[in-house]
Amino acid sequence: MKRFAALFLALESTTRTSEKTAALAAYFREAPEQDRLWTIALLSGRRPKRAVTASRLAEWAAEAAGLPGWLFEESYAVTGDLAETIALILPPPRAPEPATLTGWITRIRGLALLPEPERRGAVLAAWAALDGAERFLFNKLITGGFRMGVAQGLMTRALAQATGIAEPELALRLMGDWTPDSTTFSALVLTGDPGADLTRPYPFCLAHALEQQPEALGAPSDWAADWKWDGIRGQAVLRGGRFSLWSRGEELVTDRFPELAELGDRLPGGTVIDGEILAFSVEGGGAPLPFAALQRRIGRKTVSRKLLAEVPVILMAYDLLEEGGRDVRAEPLAARLAALRRLVEGMPASAPLRLSAPLAFADWAELTALRAGAAAAGAEGVMIKRLASAYHVGRRRGDWWKWKLDPMTFDAVMVYAQAGHGRRANLYTDFTFALWQGDALVPVTKAYSGLTDSEFAEISAWVRRNTLERFGPVRRVAPDLVFEIAFEGIRESPRHKSGIALRFPRMLRWRRDKPASEADTLEAAQALLKARR
Amino acid sequence: MAQGPVLCFTDRGIHCPAGDFHIDPWRPVDRAIVTHAHSDHARAGMGHYLATPRTLAAMRHRLGPIRAQALEFGVPLRIGGATVSLHPAGHVPGSAQVRVEVAGEVWAASGDYKTVPDGLSEPFEPVRCHAFISECTFGLPVFRWRPEAEIRAEVNRWWAQNAAGGRASVLGAYSLGKAQRLLAGLDPGIGPILTHGAVEEMTAILRAGGLALPPTLRVVPGVDGRSHPGALVLAPPSALGSPWARRFGAASEGFASGWMRLRGIRRRRSVDRGFVISDHADWDGLNLAIRETGAERVFVTHGYTAPFRRWLAEQGYDAAIAATDWQGEESEAPGAEAAE
Repeated sequence: MKRFAALFLALESTTRTSEKTAALAAYFREAPEQDRLWTIALLSGRRPKRAVTASRLAEWAAEAAGLPGWLFEESYAVTGDLAETIALILPPPRAPEPATLTGWITRIRGLALLPEPERRGAVLAAWAALDGAERFLFNKLITGGFRMGVAQGLMTRALAQATGIAEPELALRLMGDWTPDSTTFSALVLTGDPGADLTRPYPFCLAHALEQQPEALGAPSDWAADWKWDGIRGQAVLRGGRFSLWSRGEELVTDRFPELAELGDRLPGGTVIDGEILAFSVEGGGAPLPFAALQRRIGRKTVSRKLLAEVPVILMAYDLLEEGGRDVRAEPLAARLAALRRLVEGMPASAPLRLSAPLAFADWAELTALRAGAAAAGAEGVMIKRLASAYHVGRRRGDWWKWKLDPMTFDAVMVYAQAGHGRRANLYTDFTFALWQGDALVPVTKAYSGLTDSEFAEISAWVRRNTLERFGPVRRVAPDLVFEIAFEGIRESPRHKSGIALRFPRMLRWRRDKPASEADTLEAAQALLKARR
Repeated sequence: MAQGPVLCFTDRGIHCPAGDFHIDPWRPVDRAIVTHAHSDHARAGMGHYLATPRTLAAMRHRLGPIRAQALEFGVPLRIGGATVSLHPAGHVPGSAQVRVEVAGEVWAASGDYKTVPDGLSEPFEPVRCHAFISECTFGLPVFRWRPEAEIRAEVNRWWAQNAAGGRASVLGAYSLGKAQRLLAGLDPGIGPILTHGAVEEMTAILRAGGLALPPTLRVVPGVDGRSHPGALVLAPPSALGSPWARRFGAASEGFASGWMRLRGIRRRRSVDRGFVISDHADWDGLNLAIRETGAERVFVTHGYTAPFRRWLAEQGYDAAIAATDWQGEESEAPGAEAAE
């Protein structure tokens, strides 16, 4: 654990990618093999399950530190992190104990089997044995919330440096349904038996946002375009009669979307399709349902028949990665799309699979005009992909672009402010904004992001001087400051007083030029609702 | 016993009716007693100031010509119906707590303080009193500092590693107090010590006041990472990541603050290295200091006032929050204020 904690501190103590990679590569060369395997598992989101509830941990830690529960909660509110709060408030360790990362994880997984008094004893003993970063990491592991701020790409690069194996090959080997129990470091990383995992997806190819005009991309004839769908990115894998559905977060979601299992019977063996899991109404010619509908399905492991009927999903296919058991990612997009079209056309119309139809355009002006109609088509914008491009690993600039619709905006007045936690523990960063309805300001949305640190600092000072009322951590402030709020979607919401709910609201800028009286009205926001859909 | 309270809280600062003076006022008054020279406690525009000689020297540098009287630690001074004396607060060199006695009743205002010696400031001296006015910038149990010797070793290790790697070390620290405290702990054997102008000027004032500090060299054109390889540069926090700091090339940047105890704030500052070093009392220090005053009444001013007051009340103190304009320790660029 000492070595792992040292790695954690090294990764945290630098902002330079090269230094992070070097620290991780050194770890992958030196750490015990089983610890390396667990580190790869942890960094790719394969965490041990939570062994103790957060409330029990908080209770035991407060007791061990001799503090009342409310003071623990106050501290927690400031750090924003349970594991950190516990690590900081406990007295220094009494009986330091050297053990490996794997050793501690084994102990943590054993906790779930113990009766509660013994579990408590084991946790208190661990706290007394660990110091600083080790104690923090132990707490992260025990709460099932471990995250280390290392992108998958960075880890793969470090592993490539340590082993001499090429990055794309490693990225593929690390995908799929493995755990440290089902494999070894040598089998997973060094040997990488391709037949070993029938469910293994490919690393997703990711697009960059198009920040200039499409004219900069050159000849339109070199490019394909289709809608940018507003669902969940997914990969459907059929090999050896076994169907698996993966989300972009490398999560196996086969059981959450049972209607897509039909594809396992219909697709030829050795097929991998990249597409969008999309809530979709088959009525009429068929049309996507708003993302809010899909949200009702996300996170549900078992789906009721009623919900299945109300929010059916399909796979909107836009790429073919494996055909007849052959990895075709290196072939040009044009060839992959042609094969995908043949595949989809061979399916009955009732199958939950559609081709994300190519948008035909002769020049960029035409595509620009098409994009303006994205919302009406139930899309977020358009995707632009180079016809000659291979299917890359990860986010590479140049071949795949997403060109979203401009966000909607309005100017709203700040009415409440709350201090942030974690990174923003001592600043006011969480604001509530209101729009005018007659002479009254009606709260419509909260927003936390979009301003610079120095703007947050300036606003924090202002909040302190302009507080009208306090409700616990929340301050009602003088309704003077105006912000331009941007958002990706707007829908009716009977749960909110304003009757509307926004998607991804954020502060676009602080309108220092505008007095509160010139902020927008609720009526204007409601008009956006009608305009978009 | 006195008729009214010895000290009361006004919208200008802490006022003593018996002596008609204010402590650390934030709006203009005739007579101000100033605990220390940080800008939220020592403000311009007062008719007359009273402070320790070291505090006055720093204030004159900051505020220009002022009418002032110096008072040494522990020397009683009669002002109207009150007897006033200053006692070391251990916050920065020269920083004082103000003891005010009226008709046998004693109140003490802490200003900012820390209880653990930093090797430079006059060590904190508990003042026995009936009522104590305490800061609580770090009044939560997550804030605990490590011993000075460990902190010094950690900073020197970081510097030595950077020097060995051919990199400069730029360390952000408040120019009055924190910078000199760090300076006192640096090992000049590792390399040259350079200073930002703001730090150099304050350091010169404290040297003139009798403090022994390692030699420093002010950063001017021609004094940079190339002319002084392996240097450690002391600069105000606002200089980190600024065009000024670019002259040191691919330097490692460190920031010294009590806020660095919190991972979230370390990550927000996104410096290479956060050192948990504060000139304010930590949780244990606040509790110890309050206990040692023997006071029954405690007023908490700036910091985590609400939870700290409740904690004190549960420990049996008659505790209240007093609103002031003081800010505690900055975690951002100067001018930014921390949320309570």
